Amino acid sequence: MKLSWWKILSIILLFYAVIGGFLLPVPELSQLGETIRNLYFHVCMWFAMMILFTVSIVHSIKYLRNTNFMHDIKAKSYAQVGTYMGLLGYLTGGIWASFTWADPNNPAYASFGSIMREPKLIGAAMALLIYGAYFILRSSIKDMDQRARVSAVYNIFAYTMLFPSIWIIPRLLPSLHPGQEGNPALNFNDIDARMRMVFYPAVLGWALLGVWIASLKIRIESIREKNIL
Amino acid sequence: MRAYNHFNALVKKEILLELRQQHSLYGMMLYIASTIFVLYLTIGDAEAEIWNALFWITQLFICINAVAKSFLQEAKGRMLYHYSITGPTTFILAKITSNVLLMFVMNIINLVLYTAFLGDPTSSYLSFMGISLLGSLGLSLVFTMLAAIASKAMQQASLMAILGFPIIIPQLMLLVKLSKSAFSEIFREGAPLQIVLLLVALDISVVFLAVILYPFLWKD
Repeated sequence: MKLSWWKILSIILLFYAVIGGFLLPVPELSQLGETIRNLYFHVCMWFAMMILFTVSIVHSIKYLRNTNFMHDIKAKSYAQVGTYMGLLGYLTGGIWASFTWADPNNPAYASFGSIMREPKLIGAAMALLIYGAYFILRSSIKDMDQRARVSAVYNIFAYTMLFPSIWIIPRLLPSLHPGQEGNPALNFNDIDARMRMVFYPAVLGWALLGVWIASLKIRIESIREKNIL
Repeated sequence: MRAYNHFNALVKKEILLELRQQHSLYGMMLYIASTIFVLYLTIGDAEAEIWNALFWITQLFICINAVAKSFLQEAKGRMLYHYSITGPTTFILAKITSNVLLMFVMNIINLVLYTAFLGDPTSSYLSFMGISLLGSLGLSLVFTMLAAIASKAMQQASLMAILGFPIIIPQLMLLVKLSKSAFSEIFREGAPLQIVLLLVALDISVVFLAVILYPFLWKD
């Protein structure tokens, strides 16, 4: 079995992120406790999601430029894996929120209503709803060329509308989520030096894993559609 | 100059169609009236906050219904005819203009009926009307583009809502916030103006995107 260098890099980085993430020293904060290690998983999921969605829209633009059907398959596969990463981001975020935000006197789901109003969560929900709509749109058009073209247009339109929103909404609502002004964990003052040593490799590792999964999906899809490519 | 003439002719055609096919225009008005009547019977006396939220929800649904049909009622043959006489940019701009005009009319009807049935908690009715017009401008711009996308697919009407809701969330949040300035809520100095500018910037970017992207939807 031959693997290209970036796949090997992804494996190494993820081994480092998981083992280092659970064993290396972290700052002791009474609010977070050991859940601080969730940074290596939760935040990375969102980074990977945004990277994959961006790759997806680039392929949509490429499709509109040269109508090569391969670009449509790529746009769809990257969007699928990105959505999956987003769901994992919610899941890992839920672990964190149930420890830090949820009202300890009530069952965790009783806090759901107040937690979902978080600007960052709204932004993430919008991204996932948009891509959910993207897949529904795809499945409701029978003609192949038309499906590729129309969904590429929606992908570009929705993605470009999403970005101002992610910038606007946090300024409208109060938030408990870290990183009020901009992106959490990108700011150098936000994050401890020891954690940065694991965090950045972890981001890269998870993003590469996402690309890897997407590339497998693309290969399967292109074999299935071999007669029209 | 030719594009401008085409544009004028297309907008005129849309308005004429609206006036001649009266079933759809009266249908829309009845839709507004019955929606508001149902609200009136179910909520009775609404507080300002709920009044505001419900107003924008009715605006949203009126916009979906009013704008959706602008593309759905186009028969295949007629699209082919448009294709042969004009360009995509002119066509989408004409559609946008006529939809905005239609939505303005619906907005006024909605606002009048809404305040008649559910009372008027605003402190400045005129500024609320201005905000609602600004809102219906933004709503009709976004949904015109989405109607163009959804018209290529099956189950168009429900698809439009699915495609549109996540995109329209930030605009609605901005509008709900802005309209609170008409309820004598105190704002930071210059904050309402900032929101208005943001909304205008969003509207301009939607028009740009529509002009860039519609040519790809145009060809069949």
